[in-house]
Amino acid sequence: MNRREFLKKGCLLASSSLLAGGLSGDGWTKTIFKDYDPAKHFYGMGIDINKCIGCGRCMQACKTENDVPAEPYFFRTWVERYLIRTDKSVTVRTISLTRDDPAEFSVEKEMLRSFFVPKLCNQCDHPPCVQVCPVIATFKTPDGVTLVDEKRCIGCRYCIQACPYGARYLHPVTRVADKCTFCYHRLVKGLLPVCVEVCPKQARLFGDMKSFASPLGRFTRIHKMHVLKPSLNTDPKVYYANLDGEVN
Amino acid sequence: MKEFLKRFPEQVVRIVIVFVALAATLLVAWTFILPSEMKEPELQQLSSTIREAGKEIKYAGSEVCTGCHEKAHDVKKTGYHRDLSCEACHGAAQKHVDNPSEVKPASPKQRDQCSYCHTYNSSRPTGFPQINPDTHHARKPCITCHKPHDPKPPTTPRRCAACHAQIERTKVASYHGSLECTVCHKVPEKHKISPRSVTPTKPDKREFCAKCHDKASPRKGIAAVDIATHGEKYVCWQCHYPHTLGGI
Repeated sequence: MNRREFLKKGCLLASSSLLAGGLSGDGWTKTIFKDYDPAKHFYGMGIDINKCIGCGRCMQACKTENDVPAEPYFFRTWVERYLIRTDKSVTVRTISLTRDDPAEFSVEKEMLRSFFVPKLCNQCDHPPCVQVCPVIATFKTPDGVTLVDEKRCIGCRYCIQACPYGARYLHPVTRVADKCTFCYHRLVKGLLPVCVEVCPKQARLFGDMKSFASPLGRFTRIHKMHVLKPSLNTDPKVYYANLDGEVN
Repeated sequence: MKEFLKRFPEQVVRIVIVFVALAATLLVAWTFILPSEMKEPELQQLSSTIREAGKEIKYAGSEVCTGCHEKAHDVKKTGYHRDLSCEACHGAAQKHVDNPSEVKPASPKQRDQCSYCHTYNSSRPTGFPQINPDTHHARKPCITCHKPHDPKPPTTPRRCAACHAQIERTKVASYHGSLECTVCHKVPEKHKISPRSVTPTKPDKREFCAKCHDKASPRKGIAAVDIATHGEKYVCWQCHYPHTLGGI
């Protein structure tokens, strides 16, 4: 063995041991939470527009669970109220948490149709936010959730601009980007995301797309599915049933 | 050694020494000072995922509640609120689970808690029970008449508007305002008890509308057409929505 060969092999050995120790599937399994294996899951959410009553319990619960600031313009999930009038004009407003909805917005006289649309991070399979992050602070986990590393994020707001769904905001206290994580800390413990947990009408459904028998599996079989902004090829994992064409 | 160095100009030797020192410092920093997460994006993402998974849970999930509160669960599981999660009304309860005797979850008794879901809102799907809080026994707490765990109304609603308020409000302003719902819809008595499994009928024949709107038997002040030739293959309400203002 000459010196060149020795160095080559030495480098290979060092890097492969690093990879094997820290990055193998086993490494992920044991370290995230007890025996939780991200490779066995692939999460998605289903939303039935016909069931949503716009009570805003999901917004409130999300704020509590995830320490989202109380100001009414920071949301990880929010519910939009669509009002389509007979002259085809569309009004969209995020519902308030304080029940002070202006009365003029509940007029039936010139209403063609009206409904609520719950929104959140679509956990895209091809996420534009991950593409633009200059410091690799936002990334996709093997179970299909896009997370933000709050220690690495530099708060440059590129991802907030890049998200076609407006799902991100700059956290006013930590000064880093924040977004829905499908309540990742609950998923690893076998619990549902909190918005799904508290939804009184089961308008939100959650499940594992790798399992045929999950509630989401059934939901996607019996309904006609739609995703938001399909033309952008972001491949969202939040599926809407009975969605109106006016929603974007 | 000195002989060897003397073969190079002095400035070259000095600059090489500086570079070697610099490289040595960098190597030491890279191997001993920098944490491995900073060198390997995958490791960094893993540590961030672990941090995310370790976040504090605030909503315990309704399965935990059943363990101790069997009675409430048994009452709730047959009532209209059977699909409602405990924490949707009682709020985040993980602290109560950890320390049941000292931390008690909220037990809202005011009207405003119920009104999140049950205040009339024209965008809510029809069939969902809604009230006008200003006229529906104003200022009386809801729990005086409705048990929250089994919120059956004390008397069966006589008017359809209890659940179909949006249709009722639209209809009163239309030409059909003076007609009772039962003129056109046959409502089985069971619909009031299990509204989803037993549904009322809708007129499915043109002859039904023709009873009032046919030219052959005109009534005073009612718009009439020749039912044999007017829009022949469609059921009337495919074009004329009977509940809307003007009936168009």
